[in-house]
Amino acid sequence: MRDTLQHVAVSVAESAKQMISHGASGHDEKFNFQHLLDHVKDSRTIELPGFHIELPQIPPVHLGDFVIDLSPTKHVFFLLLCAILLVIAAIAASRAYRKTFVPHGFVNLVEMLVVFIRDEVVIPNMGPEGIKYIPYLLTTFFYILFMNLIGLVPYGATATGNIMVTAGLATVAFFMIQISAIQAQGLKNYLMHLTGGVHWGLWIIMIPIEILGLFTKPFALCIRLFANMSAGHIVILSLIGFIFMFQSIAVAPVSVLFALFINMLELFVAVLQAYIFTMLTAVFMGFGVQAAHESHEGNH
Amino acid sequence: MGINAIAHLAAGLGAGLIILGASYGIGKLAAATMEASGRQPEVAPQVRTAMIISAALIEGVTFFALVICMLLAIKS
Repeated sequence: MRDTLQHVAVSVAESAKQMISHGASGHDEKFNFQHLLDHVKDSRTIELPGFHIELPQIPPVHLGDFVIDLSPTKHVFFLLLCAILLVIAAIAASRAYRKTFVPHGFVNLVEMLVVFIRDEVVIPNMGPEGIKYIPYLLTTFFYILFMNLIGLVPYGATATGNIMVTAGLATVAFFMIQISAIQAQGLKNYLMHLTGGVHWGLWIIMIPIEILGLFTKPFALCIRLFANMSAGHIVILSLIGFIFMFQSIAVAPVSVLFALFINMLELFVAVLQAYIFTMLTAVFMGFGVQAAHESHEGNH
Repeated sequence: MGINAIAHLAAGLGAGLIILGASYGIGKLAAATMEASGRQPEVAPQVRTAMIISAALIEGVTFFALVICMLLAIKS
């Protein structure tokens, strides 16, 4: 517990130092909210203690009318970093199982989380057929967890604080939900469910509404994750920004104390949001799988 | 009043209304959970899980509205 508090206090102090170093580089005296937002937004530099790394700029690719800018940014770098860390952790955890069936240490933690996801999230929502989809759901959970937690480390950036990243995750979730529904029900039954079971005269109205309804659930997943992650960071930065807004040192103890508390809350929110994303994806997939069971029971 | 001033005012009022609605809903949720846990302590873990799920869903809707408020406040 004391280690966690110390770590969090250090991270708050580091973010304060970051803001001081930015403020001392000759900006205007007045406190600027946009300047605070720059710490949460994407950028082309990675900041490390004492120096910047400018990321390379790749010339834009023209695909007819589309211009795609492929140059890596800070969030892209952290996406790749989390992916590499995830692969390393997963391979290390699975290698440890060759030596012994009873894991110790880090592998124990991984096993606890994996078993938790399998027994509390996937199987209750999707039934025994959910075992096919456990790899995807585990990847989602651990990837979002790593990205959220790395954002709380000093000099780390939250990749999930970028709406395009969460939109990508929600798009993959959307496709997986449709794929699991089609695989469980068959394509004809899936399309029949899209009509909503009404008289064929109403299909012209029902089908667009149902198709729109397909999109709201992943959209909510995307916005929930994005807003939770970026709002937490904005609150922390605003609390420390009070020191610069009031231009006095007397605000500092209160400000840092509140920022410490919000940092601890952010740790909890990081884990919770990863769990919620995974669980809601499993629930939505489970709707499709259970609809297959209903139609089977109706036929028999 | 300029357009920016009205936008900022609207963002502030909106944030206040959002927190009213969200905290009322989640407060009722927490009250129901505690009552249920008090009546039947054996099901307390399941009730707690359902509470966390519902609270996350309500907060998801809250953040929709909060993003709209942020768009109002940032647009300058």
